[in-house]
Amino acid sequence: MKPATFAFPRRDLLKAGGALLIGFAIRDTARAQTPEGVALVTGPDQPDPARLDTWIAIHADNTATIFIGFVELGQGCTTALLQLAAEELDLAMSQVKSMRLESHTMPNQGGTVASASVARGGPRIRSAAAEARQALLKMASQKLDVPVDRLAVSRGVVSVAADPSKSVTYGQLIGGKRFDLPYTGTAPRKPYSDYHLVGQSVPRLDVPDKAAGKYVHMQHVRVAGMLHGRVVRPRGQGGYADGAHVLSLDEASIAGISGARVIRKRDFIGVVAPNQWDAVRAARELKVTWDQPAALPGTAGLHQQMRAEKTTDRTVLDNGDVAAAFRAAAHVVSQTYRGPYQAHVPFGPNCALADVKTDSALVLCSTQNIYDTRRKIAQVLGLPIEKVAVRYYEGSGTYGRSCYDDAAQAAAVLSQAAGQPVRVQFMRWDEHGWDNFGPAQLADIRVGIDAAGKIVAYEYHGWQHNWGTVETSQQLALGTPAAESPGPGSQEVSNFNLGAMYAIPNMRLVNHRVDGARYLKGSNLRSPLDVSFSFAQEQTIDELARLVGLDPLEFRRRNIKDERWLGVLNAAAQAAAWTPRAARSDRSPAARILTGRGIALGTHTSSYAAAVADIEVDRETGQIVARHLYGALDAGLCVNPGCLENQMSGMLVQAASRMLKEEVTFSSTNVTSLDWNSYPILRFEESPAVTTVVVQHMDQPLSGGGEELMGPAAAAIANAFFDATGARLREYPLTPARVLPALASPAA
Amino acid sequence: MAGGVKIRVNERLWTVNAAPDTPLLYVLSDELQLNGPRFGCGLAQCGSCSVLVDGVETRSCVTPLSEIGSRAVTTLEGLPAWYARQHKLPKAPVLTPVQQAFIDEQAIQCGYCYNGMTVKACELLSKTPQPSEAQIRSAMNGHLCRCGSYPRILKAIQRAAQASPRLAGQEVRQ
Repeated sequence: MKPATFAFPRRDLLKAGGALLIGFAIRDTARAQTPEGVALVTGPDQPDPARLDTWIAIHADNTATIFIGFVELGQGCTTALLQLAAEELDLAMSQVKSMRLESHTMPNQGGTVASASVARGGPRIRSAAAEARQALLKMASQKLDVPVDRLAVSRGVVSVAADPSKSVTYGQLIGGKRFDLPYTGTAPRKPYSDYHLVGQSVPRLDVPDKAAGKYVHMQHVRVAGMLHGRVVRPRGQGGYADGAHVLSLDEASIAGISGARVIRKRDFIGVVAPNQWDAVRAARELKVTWDQPAALPGTAGLHQQMRAEKTTDRTVLDNGDVAAAFRAAAHVVSQTYRGPYQAHVPFGPNCALADVKTDSALVLCSTQNIYDTRRKIAQVLGLPIEKVAVRYYEGSGTYGRSCYDDAAQAAAVLSQAAGQPVRVQFMRWDEHGWDNFGPAQLADIRVGIDAAGKIVAYEYHGWQHNWGTVETSQQLALGTPAAESPGPGSQEVSNFNLGAMYAIPNMRLVNHRVDGARYLKGSNLRSPLDVSFSFAQEQTIDELARLVGLDPLEFRRRNIKDERWLGVLNAAAQAAAWTPRAARSDRSPAARILTGRGIALGTHTSSYAAAVADIEVDRETGQIVARHLYGALDAGLCVNPGCLENQMSGMLVQAASRMLKEEVTFSSTNVTSLDWNSYPILRFEESPAVTTVVVQHMDQPLSGGGEELMGPAAAAIANAFFDATGARLREYPLTPARVLPALASPAA
Repeated sequence: MAGGVKIRVNERLWTVNAAPDTPLLYVLSDELQLNGPRFGCGLAQCGSCSVLVDGVETRSCVTPLSEIGSRAVTTLEGLPAWYARQHKLPKAPVLTPVQQAFIDEQAIQCGYCYNGMTVKACELLSKTPQPSEAQIRSAMNGHLCRCGSYPRILKAIQRAAQASPRLAGQEVRQ
């Protein structure tokens, strides 16, 4: 393999394949409005988002580089965004490419989070490409002496429509030179009826190299003279505010490992060694005594303690007269639901490589947000922000904020102390034990219907804590106190998913924010909180359907809010060949394996999703296996249905894993689920068959497609459990420990 | 530093400097700079680091260098040549049918589990050229994927089985 270019980024390449020279002034961090009304982020040593050259460069060989501020996570967003650019520019896919994302050279489009890369990045890349095309046509018009409206473009060749022998290429017009134009976002975009590339399942650009074993993941990056580093921490985090405190450190305990060095900064301890195995052994054998107070409620006491907390309450939504509507309702269902902490746990633990010099630092890592990571690393190192460069390498799938910032900061701290480049890879127990977990939730839900089965009143109270903002490495190395994001966003009770799909005249959503100091460190885990929301809501909807003797599909149809929700509901039902059922199947008491089927709706913040689940329940072992999951997703204009189907297929499997298997366990002092045995995920033999249906709406805005199926798929499994057994489970994951007692008690 | 241990990897003999207790994974990734086997858990739980040792799928993260001896190690990088030897092809293909099927089925998301999945699938098809779905699921059960790509990997292995020439009457060389 080629070694990584280990140099501070400079955007001064004018040749094919390179970027254009951008002279950037240092400006204050500020948000600029674009014509699409979406905030763009500017800041020190960032390309100016208001210049066209920040987004697109045309090369002499008639190809284009598109500067995409979003990271490839294996979701295919690079392919989809290049498709959009190629479409607007009338280029072939083989004529467009992107560049490795790094600070200083690439636009700051915020994080690759909340399924936003195509939804938020797509419109901007589309309009930048349209603007570049407009400028190119103007140049061609002068060159060919023909008005713009008599020109045609194909594969970057502009020709006179009436005389195709007269032509000029984009590369001949501007190759290697700057546009030097403002990016206004006002150029007309191609009507969707003219699309030939967008809407096609173009194969993903990253797949061939991954299949050939040539793809360079972050874990594969090696540079000359680097040391291998490992962090040394207690096995499993304790309460977020407590971090971990060193009581004693015995450096002599690793004296026998030649070349290994201990690096300590306050409570941050790491080891470095030229040889990786020496670093691994040193981290394992170094004797450290930690103070980890018994601050946690423990897994068993978690929800009880959350309910007892003094919370900061906020009414998220209060429509109509909820109290009066409940009084008038013909049927009311009221229940409490519980969701666990769940972990990101990338399959390959996070890895980062830092080269910290006295006045600058270059950090390679798998962050979802290079500029945010740069800001935090600058703080940790005590360097000015513009002296820190962050370069992105794809790691193992992250599904939200796993330990990538933590690993990057650890590498930076170790390199600063060692005076050499340091590569840090987390061990399995580091990643499992010190993750920013998806927070647990406690929910009280109450929904009322009238005699005809119309939802008339809805109330949801959710208890959970917010997301930690101070990474563990910073907390330990600098003593920075734990802090949580103020919210609201996706960390609180959300009206995007709760109730959003149904026409509900009287509705109240209340968020009870728990102080997270004495809980685990939390953050965004794919489709944050939606598995808990959907688990509670969609089971309640099924219970109401049963009270009025309606098929759960029919009940949803009667209460649904609009055509697009109805579209995905019907698409999922049709794919599964749904037949009416009275929300509970008749089962022979003699059968050991019970089968059941459930349906559910849900989303994250945009898009529309529905799922059907077919499951089997083994009455003797209490094991549930999801046999077949069906998902339908309407994400507006779907740029690449193949990529979206791959995301949907992954979501269906991951949702089954989270509903059936995944639960972070912890004692009063620390997390105890530290590997794949203590934190099991779905395995090959348990994997469902999947059917995915993309509901395409070329005329609608692009919206997210990486999260929205998580909630409905998980909830459909829970509903299928009731269908199979007549029993309701109100706490997940639906493990044998919960299934067996439910089967032993009388049917609901 | 012990040094001077000889190992056969992808049909080449290498002299490596690592101490004999070093897990094979670190020798392959650091000394030989191979990117196929990769660290996942260090506990033989996930299959990320898998290689073939004399044709048998082996977790390199818990296999000390000293245990390899004269046995042939094949990594992802050496699979096309290994496949060609098995099938007595005159020349190694660019990709094995399993790898090509992963592309054709777009079975990859982040691609990190891909090494182990591919190594294990190649081992399976070398022993059971036409596996049933249950045989595939059972063989692959020790290999985890966090992205949830099992359904597509299943299809890819089924496709590869169809694409592979049968080893009719031939004893499979281990």
